[in-house]
Amino acid sequence: MRNFATLTSMRIRLALRNKMFFFFSIVMPFTFFFLWLGVFAKGSQAACSFYLGSVLAFNVMGSFWGLSATLVMFREQGILRRFHVAPVTAADMLASSVVANFALTIPTVVAELIFARLVFHVSTAGNLPGIFILISIGTISFASLGLVIASVTNTMQETQILNQLLWLPLIFLSGATIPLAYLNPMVQRVGLFLPATYLVNAMQQTIVHSASPASRYVEIISLSCWALITFFLSAQLFRWEPEAKTPRKAKLLVAATAIPFLLLGVWENRTDRILKEAKSAFEVMQGPSRPSAGRMSTQPANSTNPSNKSQN
Amino acid sequence: MVGPILQVENLVKRYGDVEALRGVSFTIEEGEVFGLLGPNGAGKTTTVEILEGLRTLDSGRVSVCDLDPQRDPEALKQEIGAALQATSLPDKIRVIEAIRLFASFYKRHRDPIELLKRFGLDEKRNAFYGQLSGGQKQRLALAMALVNNPRVCFLDEPTAGLDPQVRREIYDVIEELRREKKTVLLTTHYIEEAERLCDRVAIVDHGKVIAFGTPRELKAHSGGTTRIEVRLSKPESNGALKTLEGVVDAREVDGAYVLHSQRPPQTIVSLVKHLEAHGNELVSLEIATPSLEDVFIELTGRRLRD
Repeated sequence: MRNFATLTSMRIRLALRNKMFFFFSIVMPFTFFFLWLGVFAKGSQAACSFYLGSVLAFNVMGSFWGLSATLVMFREQGILRRFHVAPVTAADMLASSVVANFALTIPTVVAELIFARLVFHVSTAGNLPGIFILISIGTISFASLGLVIASVTNTMQETQILNQLLWLPLIFLSGATIPLAYLNPMVQRVGLFLPATYLVNAMQQTIVHSASPASRYVEIISLSCWALITFFLSAQLFRWEPEAKTPRKAKLLVAATAIPFLLLGVWENRTDRILKEAKSAFEVMQGPSRPSAGRMSTQPANSTNPSNKSQN
Repeated sequence: MVGPILQVENLVKRYGDVEALRGVSFTIEEGEVFGLLGPNGAGKTTTVEILEGLRTLDSGRVSVCDLDPQRDPEALKQEIGAALQATSLPDKIRVIEAIRLFASFYKRHRDPIELLKRFGLDEKRNAFYGQLSGGQKQRLALAMALVNNPRVCFLDEPTAGLDPQVRREIYDVIEELRREKKTVLLTTHYIEEAERLCDRVAIVDHGKVIAFGTPRELKAHSGGTTRIEVRLSKPESNGALKTLEGVVDAREVDGAYVLHSQRPPQTIVSLVKHLEAHGNELVSLEIATPSLEDVFIELTGRRLRD
């Protein structure tokens, strides 16, 4: 436990001294924040609320990128092997990565919530405990994804390629950048297999409709299960030595990380619950005076969504 | 009677088809500086990394501080200190932070500030690791290897890649450990290092221990002869050189001829006469007392740093 605490504090200090961290964790999230809320929301408060959910989810999802790159760099430079010869376990190393990342993400999220209120006059940030729970589970689960990526790739180049391959669908098919309700119906259905979609949707529901954490249990439980599976797998596949390669058999195990959202995706594709919710939030964002630009192929939006405590 | 602090019996390690270790055995007593001397690729690092619990073994038995590195890696790591090869620390960690961080991992540890002072790094305590010179990094690695006051200290090629001045600084540090009666396992491919620092040396080549003893005992293996290394303008046969007066052994190594002689002056006179008679000329001649390098050449027919 003590190793975990000292490693976490070291990881936080090192990140704060890193220019790349400054760019990816501060400059980029705030650029997106001001671009979405300041430009795309066109001064509409409802749109600001809607996009705040996307931007916060976007921040959280970025966790996997920096974490996988740092861990692979540590391994390639022989830093991990120095820790290996000391009484430090793989679990110490991995858990400290996840927690340090969490501690570094929270201030950005809090700052964004404050700016949303002060600069863009977002009157309510929705259900704050709900936001905190989603941010926490989202950060931990996407950080764990980063750990798995670090475990299955052998070089920094491979890591960056895999990160790109995952990042693009995660941000474009989940509603984190382009609203889900605005996407082609077929693409929407593909999006239902991505963990990011559930994070974005739960975040938007929590902010736009003040949904309670209890009403978002599907997203919270599925993301938590995913976090547990990815973390457990990354601890199994963890390698200290640069020359140690992942056996091909172990790479197949990684497919297990897709299982929770594969099952949930099949279920959600049958019920259309998420797509209806996404459309409802999108319509609230556009306001009553404007016609819906959404391309929902499903039934008309149910304005009295039972999962929502209240609507803005 | 206390047994050896470290035991290696018939250690075998394979990487695919390559047999890196082919039955290595030795023991180390508490308080001695023990050297594994051999060329690159001889299996020194593999041996050390198995003892540190970083690698698995294929067969054989090892024990360090009465612990099995495979079965009790966590307990073992509390007892050992290590300066590894091919390792590093994050560039943006400060010297004092690094040593305090590692101190925090152990149940017992030394005062980090006292260690930095001892290794001449006190002035650099707030410098980032990335700003240190090669020698300073190596001194920090040694300080960190001692941070838990280990019972056995592993130093894997502690001076590789350092310039001679820095190398001598590191020698001073290791000599101090020797005076303190620390148990040290040192690997090196530098003859000077093994001769100067080690109480006992095992010479390893191609995954096997080929000679074993104190540096003095090993050199006595050369029969107390003097080493004469000559370069000639034309090739000569080893057989002809062996017949020179006083010569007990002659062999060609890297284009030079290494003669071992019991009566050097007579050997040189007879060498000069022999060359004159065969129209050959002496290009260079060096005379030295035999070193561990000669022991290695005698055993393998190659230089250590091939």
